[in-house]
Formats: sequence, C-alpha cells, structure tokens
Amino acid sequence: MAGLEVPTWDPQTALLIGAILVEAFVLYVGYGGLEKLLGPRLMTFLVGGESSAE
Amino acid sequence: MLSSLDIFGSSPEMMALFVGFGLVVGILFGFFGMGGSFLVTPALLMLGYDASVAVGSGMAFVFGTAVIATLKHHDLGQVDYKLGVIMIIGTTIGIEVGRASVYYLEALGLAGGVISVAYVVLLGGIGAMVTREALKSDGGGGIDHEAADKDLSEYEIPEIAQTIQETVRIPPMVTLRGDIRVSAWVITAVAFSTGLLSGFLGVGGGFIRMPAMIYAIGVPVPVAVGTDLFEIVFSGGIGSYLYGQGGGVSLAIVAPLLFGSALGARIGSAATAVVDSDGIKIYFGGMLLAGAVAVGIGEVGSYLGNQLLETLGLVLVIGAAVVVAGAIIYTTVASLRATRSQRAPAAD
Repeated sequence: MAGLEVPTWDPQTALLIGAILVEAFVLYVGYGGLEKLLGPRLMTFLVGGESSAE
Repeated sequence: MLSSLDIFGSSPEMMALFVGFGLVVGILFGFFGMGGSFLVTPALLMLGYDASVAVGSGMAFVFGTAVIATLKHHDLGQVDYKLGVIMIIGTTIGIEVGRASVYYLEALGLAGGVISVAYVVLLGGIGAMVTREALKSDGGGGIDHEAADKDLSEYEIPEIAQTIQETVRIPPMVTLRGDIRVSAWVITAVAFSTGLLSGFLGVGGGFIRMPAMIYAIGVPVPVAVGTDLFEIVFSGGIGSYLYGQGGGVSLAIVAPLLFGSALGARIGSAATAVVDSDGIKIYFGGMLLAGAVAVGIGEVGSYLGNQLLETLGLVLVIGAAVVVAGAIIYTTVASLRATRSQRAPAAD
C-alpha cells in the first residue's frame, strides 16, 4: 500500500476519463459559441444596453 | 465500474443540485482563479458518498475544469512548459502517495474523519490568511487582476523567493520565464508537497500551489496561474485515472458539475474585467472559514449520528459558496449599470 503504483491500462477507466475530457472540450467550444451568440442580448437584458465585459 | 458509468442512475434532483453547485463553483474559480474545487469533496462527503468516490470525483471534476481553463491561458502565452514538466513529475509522485494514504485510511475506517479534519485545518488556515490579507491591504489570495496585464519582466520577485533562490543553489539550476533561476529541487519539493495534499484531499491544489510558485519559486503571477492549470490537467488526469480504476470516479457526479462550472467560469472570468476583486476577497476568506466550520459541524453530526447537524454542515458549505458567487454577480451587474448611467449623461 505504501509503495508507488504504476497506472495499468484499463479501457473502461480510459473511456471514463476520456468522456470527461471530451465533455470539457465540447463545453469550452459550446459555451464559447453561446457567449458570442447570446452575450450581447444578455448584456442588453441585464444592464439595458451593451457593455463590454471583456 | 458499471456504477461509474450510470450517468442516468442519478436522480433529476441530484443532477440539478450538481449543475447548480457546479455553476457556483465555476463562478468562484473564474473570478478568483482558485477556490472552487475544494468545496466539492467536502460537499460530497456530507452528501454521504464514500471517501474514495468523493475524493476521486472531486479530482475528476478538477481535471475537466483545468482542461477548459488551460485552453484559454495557452492562447495568452502564460504557460511555462519547462516548469510545468518538473512540477508534473513531483506532483505525480505526491498524488500517488496521498492517494495510497486515502485507501490505507479507508481500510482502517478512518478516511472520512481524517480527510475532514485535514480540510478543517487547511480551509481554516487559508481562510484566515486570505481574510487577514484582505483586511490588512489590497493584497491577498486569488489572482491580482491588474497584475495580469503587466509585462512579465515588470514583476518583482517576493523577498522570500529571492532568499530561497540565493540560498538553495543545488544543481541542476533551471531558468524560467521572466529570467528566474532556481534549483530544480526547490520546484520538485513544492510539487511533491502540493501533490501529496492534492492526492489526499482530491483537490487540484491550485490554492496552495499557486501561492507556493509565487512565494517559494518566484515566478510571475500570470505564469504561475497558467502553468498551474497546465499541470493540473496532467496531475488531475492521472489522479482521476487511478481513482477511476478503483471505482472512485462517478460520471453521474462529474458530468453535471462540469456542465455547470464551465458556464460559471465564463461568468466569473468576465466579471474580473468589471469588478475590483479586493472588496470581495474578504467574502472569499469568510467563505473558506465557513467551509471549515461546516465540515467540522458535519463531522460532529456524523460522529453523534445527528442528521440535523450533518444537514446544517451541508447547507453552510453550499450556502457560503452561493452567497459569495451571488455577491460577485450582483456587484458585476451593479458596476455595469453604474458605468452605463455615467456614460449616458455624457453622451447627451
């Protein structure tokens, strides 16, 4: 238990971690697109006019 | 392993809770550059998950969040890859030792208690430090948003880092971005210590590693932030894989948390351009202290078998995070409205 464990290949675990990685990429791209698409409208709704939050 | 993949095995209420909590955690992470991930593990512990699942899923969540943030910082040129690779080696060993400790303590039936106590000490200590700094001056924890705009050569090396650089000159010496020369052993020691905490508590370790890189190694703030995130992608990925092999990563927890936090991080990051973080740092310190108290109350409740105390602990830890995230959004919208109303008469 005290010794260092070398990661062994496990396809199911790799799939699990891969799914998280893919989700991260999809969310980065997806939310980025949504920000461009809906950002100005959201700013208008929140502050009554477009302001840059960048 | 099947239980790790049963994303639909979670109730809609739990999914909604995780998305909401992820959103709050993301806002805090995006705004302060730290301080969201370490709320997840204690919250999962208080929800009754096994220590290995709470820590493993917390780490997998950190991994996903770091991937998203690194993509952004890579474009800004704020990643020192040489420093990152050395940090990765030291942190990986540290994580493995920390992870082995969790399973060992779990076999003894002590994991939940020891991890909770470590959180109380850590959150309490850092919370007190950040609050003190926020009260004392305009410095303190989190990212200095104005500093992020400066050139790397303009950064002053903290006194303590200068002392370490001059005292510890064990070869090999490494030159980092910003013309900093430091012993590779100093970097390795920082990496191992923070990796140990990371593996033991299931946190990215950014809230310890980032100040450590700035104050012990002496790297400029933006490079510390970018390199830290780059490193978390690897350390979090390996840590998640190792926990996943033991059935410690639940996609039913991680996926909704990430879904919420990715959005929250964008909101928090955008808010940094509008709001001066100094005023909010005190709330951040307060949130950490509340988190420490909450974990303590939850643990006492668990020890006494008192459901009410356990629930109170959970409400406190989530409530404190929600209050600070709400304060960030409220202050941002108020600042934007004030700016607009100032511009409107000028335009007339």
